[in-house]
Amino acid sequence: MLIKDGKRVDGRKPDELRPIKIEAGVLYRADGSCYLEWGGNKVLAAVYGPREALPRHIQDPTKALVNARYNMASFSVEERKRPGPDRRSIEISKVTSEALESVIFTELFPRTVIDISIEVLDAEAGTRCAGITAAGVALADAGIPMRDIPVACAAGKVDGTIVLDLTSEEDQEGDADLPVAIAPRTEEILLLQMDGHMTYKEFEEALELAIKGCKEIAKLQRKALLNKYKAFEVG
Amino acid sequence: MEIPEVKRVSAIKRDHLARLAKERKRPDGRKPDEYRPIKIERNIIKKAEGSARVRIGNTMVLAGIKLEVGEPYPDSPEEGVMTTSVELPPLASPEFEPGPPTPDAIELARVVDRGIRESEFIKLEKLCIEPGEKVWIVFIDLHVLDYDGNLFDACSLAASAALQKTIIPNERYEMGENEKLPVGSPPVSCTFVKYEDFVVIDPCLEEEEIAQARFTVALDKNGDIRAMQKGLKGSFTIDEIKNNIKRAQIQAKKIRRLLEG
Repeated sequence: MLIKDGKRVDGRKPDELRPIKIEAGVLYRADGSCYLEWGGNKVLAAVYGPREALPRHIQDPTKALVNARYNMASFSVEERKRPGPDRRSIEISKVTSEALESVIFTELFPRTVIDISIEVLDAEAGTRCAGITAAGVALADAGIPMRDIPVACAAGKVDGTIVLDLTSEEDQEGDADLPVAIAPRTEEILLLQMDGHMTYKEFEEALELAIKGCKEIAKLQRKALLNKYKAFEVG
Repeated sequence: MEIPEVKRVSAIKRDHLARLAKERKRPDGRKPDEYRPIKIERNIIKKAEGSARVRIGNTMVLAGIKLEVGEPYPDSPEEGVMTTSVELPPLASPEFEPGPPTPDAIELARVVDRGIRESEFIKLEKLCIEPGEKVWIVFIDLHVLDYDGNLFDACSLAASAALQKTIIPNERYEMGENEKLPVGSPPVSCTFVKYEDFVVIDPCLEEEEIAQARFTVALDKNGDIRAMQKGLKGSFTIDEIKNNIKRAQIQAKKIRRLLEG
């Protein structure tokens, strides 16, 4: 039983997010960066670039390459993870790169690469969404021209109920997980994955809930960016 | 991959640092024996058995400790095992690239490992579960988050700070209640670099980029030497080495106070 009297294992309502904390511009060396805590997740994202893409043969004369790398720290999970990329993180890196590229004006920076590093330091379900959300803030912090700030959130199905932002217990024992990334202004879908079992009706409901979650988080992203520049206000 | 012979530093920057060095001045205005501010925060990663984030100036390193049950080495059947690894993720510097550990990262991890091992900081003899069969393996994983010089001391300090508050996860293996990892007194590492015949403690990135030689010493609580490493292509004179150790002994006392609080 993961849902009792309309309450979830951690006491949340079905459409409630875990607590989220976002801070922009936390790293000294990076061109843009973001630290994000989301429930038990702690994620750092850094942006380097646009910079010359090397080796040269990977350059695109018409646009910038967008290269996101999702990496989990070996100590971020219960059983120590062997350092380095595995098949899961290679896939997440790929879909994350593609999601981010869809909002970046890459044609402004031919022959360059924009590198985005996402380090998961502490993990508790929903790390890819946390990574994309942090990367969105880091890209904005780096001053990369974008159509919108990308943001991600998952919805899912637990005990037959559609819920927002799954915990690890709900992810493992629930019926379905649907991570979604969007451009919040236009509601374009930048990333969508799903595993589990949902009817079409349930999918509709879950997608709507995920988008609602994304929009709520988008406000926190903006607040984090504004906060960084508050320090520079005069008077 | 081949390591570049000379780091790309502009001639104007090199000249600037050389001119400052002649006047015994450093690029960030510190004195030759002045360490940058140190900040230690412990227990910040919930999934790790122990963790610490250490800042030395703008340099930031995160240490995470994981414990697993495994087999002992045949030559020490009644002792636990410790292993240290360092990751230099591309997040921390525009120069870092993804991929397997570079020789730089391996040297760094091994120097940190030796300091901890030789100072008998972790009581490995107390980490035996079944002699010859089962012991605790202590994984010390160092994640560099922001690189502005002196990773040797930052990694050593982060590892020590994390290990001081590490828990043995007995509950996860159904072996009773969790308990504290048995540790003694931590090693304290001090690193110097030399450029233009100027030897400075706690180098910042600019200084490391033009350094001709590097020296790291790990000291125990009595100020005795437990591990040393000279690195890079240049050399030190005998007097410089002796002097470095004496300078380290003074600085290590201050760092130890932060660590043992």
